[in-house]
Amino acid sequence: MTDTMARWQFAITTVYHYFFVPLTIGLSVLVAVLQTAWAKTGNDAYLRLTKFFGRLFLINFAMGVVTGIVQEFQFGMNWSEYSRFVGDIFGAPLALEALIAFFLESTFLGMWIFGWDRLSKGVHLATIWLAAAGTFISSIFIIAANAWMQNPVGAIYDAEQGRAELSDFLALLTNPIFLTQWPHTIAAAFVTAGAFMAAVACYMLAKKAKEGAPKDDLAAYRKATKFGAWVLIVAGVCTVITGDLMGKQLVTTQPTKMAAAENIQENFPEGQAPFQVLPGVNLFPGLLNWLYGTDTIQSLPDLDKQFQSEGFQQFDRAAGQPIAGNALQQQFADQLDKIKADVDPLPDTTVSFWMFRLMIGVGMLAVLGGIYFLIAIRKDHIPSAGAWMTCLAVVMPLLPLLANSFGWIFTEMGRQPWIVNGVLPTLQGLSPSVGVGPVWFSMIVYTLVYAVLAVIEVRLLLKYIKIGLAPKVDVSIKDEAEPLSFAY
Amino acid sequence: MTILDIAVPAASPSFLQILWLILVAVLWIGFFFLEGFDFGVGMLVPFLGKTDQDRRLVINTIGPHWDGNEVWLLTAGGAMFAAFPGWYATLFSGLYLPLFLVLLGLIVRGIAIEYRSKREDATWRNAWDWALAVGSFLPALVFGVGFANFLKGLPVGPHTTVFGNTVTLYTGTFWGLFMPFCLIGGLLFVALFLTHGAFFVSLKTTGPIHDRASTVGGNLALVTGVLAIALVIWGNIAYKLPGQVGWLMVAAWITGILAIVSVGFAWFMNSRGRDGWAFVGTAVATVTLIVMFFCHFYPSLGFDNSRNTGISLDLTTASSSSLTLTIMSWVALFLVPVVLAYTAWSYFFVFRRRLSTKNIPALDVTTAS
Repeated sequence: MTDTMARWQFAITTVYHYFFVPLTIGLSVLVAVLQTAWAKTGNDAYLRLTKFFGRLFLINFAMGVVTGIVQEFQFGMNWSEYSRFVGDIFGAPLALEALIAFFLESTFLGMWIFGWDRLSKGVHLATIWLAAAGTFISSIFIIAANAWMQNPVGAIYDAEQGRAELSDFLALLTNPIFLTQWPHTIAAAFVTAGAFMAAVACYMLAKKAKEGAPKDDLAAYRKATKFGAWVLIVAGVCTVITGDLMGKQLVTTQPTKMAAAENIQENFPEGQAPFQVLPGVNLFPGLLNWLYGTDTIQSLPDLDKQFQSEGFQQFDRAAGQPIAGNALQQQFADQLDKIKADVDPLPDTTVSFWMFRLMIGVGMLAVLGGIYFLIAIRKDHIPSAGAWMTCLAVVMPLLPLLANSFGWIFTEMGRQPWIVNGVLPTLQGLSPSVGVGPVWFSMIVYTLVYAVLAVIEVRLLLKYIKIGLAPKVDVSIKDEAEPLSFAY
Repeated sequence: MTILDIAVPAASPSFLQILWLILVAVLWIGFFFLEGFDFGVGMLVPFLGKTDQDRRLVINTIGPHWDGNEVWLLTAGGAMFAAFPGWYATLFSGLYLPLFLVLLGLIVRGIAIEYRSKREDATWRNAWDWALAVGSFLPALVFGVGFANFLKGLPVGPHTTVFGNTVTLYTGTFWGLFMPFCLIGGLLFVALFLTHGAFFVSLKTTGPIHDRASTVGGNLALVTGVLAIALVIWGNIAYKLPGQVGWLMVAAWITGILAIVSVGFAWFMNSRGRDGWAFVGTAVATVTLIVMFFCHFYPSLGFDNSRNTGISLDLTTASSSSLTLTIMSWVALFLVPVVLAYTAWSYFFVFRRRLSTKNIPALDVTTAS
C-alpha cells in the first residue's frame, strides 16, 4: 500500500513539476534571443516582446521553483532505501545541480527582473543569458541522474556497505542513454516553448487586428508568431531524430521497456517483426527491425523466462545475443537472486504501449500546428479572430506539455519493476520507517495545493496575455528617488 | 592538523568526511544567514506594513534575493544526499511530517511573493501577505525544533532489508519531537529570524517603515536574547552524544555565548541607530548559533545510537566513498568562490541602495513586468 501511494505521489508531484520545467528551459532562451535582437537592432518591437514574454516566463518560473523543492526532498522522505543505496552516485548530480545551476539561475534572474533600470544594457542582457545557462546546466545534471537509473553505468556494488558506489564519474556523463535522452528532452522543451510563443502571439495578432490596434503592435505579434512557429518546427524535427536514436539505444539497455512499448508478445522470425498500430494489429513485417536497427527483438514472455533463469540481461543487437549486464548489474546479481522469485521483470504493457504512442502522436500534432501558424500568417495575412483561433491558442501550448508528460510516464513506467534498472526493485527503495498515513496525508495536501495553484497560475497567465504588449517601455537607468521599473 | 588525530570510539573519520561535514555546516549557515532574514521579512510583512505601499516596500527589500537565498537549502540538502547518503536517508524519512510542513511553507511563500502584486484586488493581496507570513513562519519553527532535536540526538535503531543488510532508521515519533527544549529551539529560530528580518528591513529602507522596523526589531531582540540564553545553557549542559570531542564542546560553549552576546550587540547598535551594525549582530548570532549546533553533531550527526543494536550511524558510516567525496571537493573548491562572488555582487553593487515608498510604482499591474 505504501509503495503504491509513494509511487502515485512521485508521479503526481513530478508530472506537475514538469508542466513548468520545459517552458522554463525553452522560454528562457527565446526571451534571451528576443532581448538580444533588441540590443542588436534597437527595434522597440523586440523590447516589448521581451517584456511581454518575460512576464509570462516569470509567472511560469515561480511555479517551477516551488514545486522543484519537493522533488529533491522526496527522495529521502519516501525513498530512503533508494537514497541510501544510490546516494554515492545519484546524490552528486543533485548537489552539483543546486551548486552550479540553481544559484546561477536564481541570482541572475533576480538581477534581470530588478535590474532593467540599474544595469547597463549589455550587462543586463548577460543576466538573462546566464539565467538561461542555469536552466540548461540544471537539465544536464538531472537527466544524467535519471539516465543512470535507466542504465546504471560507472558504478560497482560494495557488498560490505550494501550499496552501489561510483567507480567512474565520466561514465555518468557519457552514458549512452544520457547522450540521447538529454538532447531529446531539450528539443522537446523548445517544442513546448515554441508552441507557447506561437500560439499566444498568433492569438493576439488576430485579436488585436480585429480591435484595430496600431500597426507596430501587429508587426510585433507577427514576428513572435513566426519565431515561435519556426522554433517549434525545427525543435520538432530534432525531437524525432533524437527519439529515434534513443529507441535504438533502449533496445540494448532496457529490452523489456521497448518490448512493452511495442507490445511484442511473440518471437517473430529474424527481420520480420511487424509494427502494431493497435495492440495485436500487425502491419509491415520488418518495420520494427528497421526502426530499431536490429534483426532480433525479444518478446516479453521470452524476457520473462530469461530473467527467471539467468537474471537481468541486456541485449546485444549486433550479435543477436543477450550480453552480460554492466558491472553493477553483474555484481548485484547474487543479491537479486534472494528475491528474484517475487520480481515480475516486465513493465505494464498497456501503459507503456499507449504512452509511447500518445507521446509521438501528440508531439507530431504540435509540429503540424506550427506549420499551420506559418500558413495562417503567410505574407501579410492576418488570421481571423474567433472560436477557432481561441481553441487553437488553448490547445497548442497543451499538446507539447502532454507529449512531455506521456514521454516521462513511459520512461518511468517502462523501467518498472526497477528503480535502478536491473539492480534495485522499486519496492526495495521505499522508506521502511514511513507509514501509509503520512504518505496519504501529504499526497492529499499536495494535490489540493497544486490544484489551487494551477487555477491561479492559469488565470494569471490569461490575464497577462490579454493585457498584451505594454505601450511604451522605459528602461533608462533611474536615480534613487524614482519608482523601480519592477516591484513585487 | 590536530583535527585528524582525534580518536573516536568507532572508526576514525577521514579528512574528506570531516571536510564535508564542515561544508554541509557552511551551507546550512549560509542558508540560515540569508534565508533567515528572508523568513523574518516574510513574517513581518502584515505587521510592519499598514498600507499596500508599505507592504510592497517591505517585500521588495528581499525581492531580487529570496529565490537565490532558498537555493542554499537545496544545496545543503543535495550535499547531504551526495556526501552522507546515510544521514540524508535516515533523517529525511524519519522527519517526514516536519519536512512536509517545511515544503508546504516554502511553496506557499514563494508563490505569495511572486503573485501577490499581480492583481490589484485588496483581498487578493491581503490573503497572499498572510500566506507569506505563515509560509515563512512554518519552516523557521520546524527548523528550530529540528536542530534542537539533533542536539538532543534523534533516536535510531536497526532495520534489516530483504537483501540481509542492516540499515539505521529513526525510531521516534512525530509528537516525540516536541519536547520543551526543542520547542525553545523552534521559538528561538522564529524570534531570531524575526529580529534578523526587522534589522534587514531597517537597513534597506528609509522613512516610516525604517523607523517601525527598527522599533520592532529592538523589542524582538530582547525576546531572542532570553530564548538564546535558555537554549545555549540547557543544550550545552544537558545533552551529550557519544564520541563528542572535548575541545568542540568548549567551542560549542564559546559560540553559544557569542551568539547571545551578538544578539545583545545587535540590540545595542539598533538603539544607537546603527542599522548596519545591528544587522551584523543578528547575522553573527545566526552563524555562531549554527556553528554551536554543528559542534554537537561531530561525529554523531545528531543521531542517538544508544539503543541502536546495529552499526552506529555517524560521520564514518553515513558517508559516501572517498572517490565521490574527492570529485565533489574539487568542484566545490572551484565553484563555491564563484557563487559567493556573484551573490556578493548582487547584494553589494547591483541592489545596494535603500528603498522608500517613493520607489514603489503606482498600483498599476500592467507595469509589473
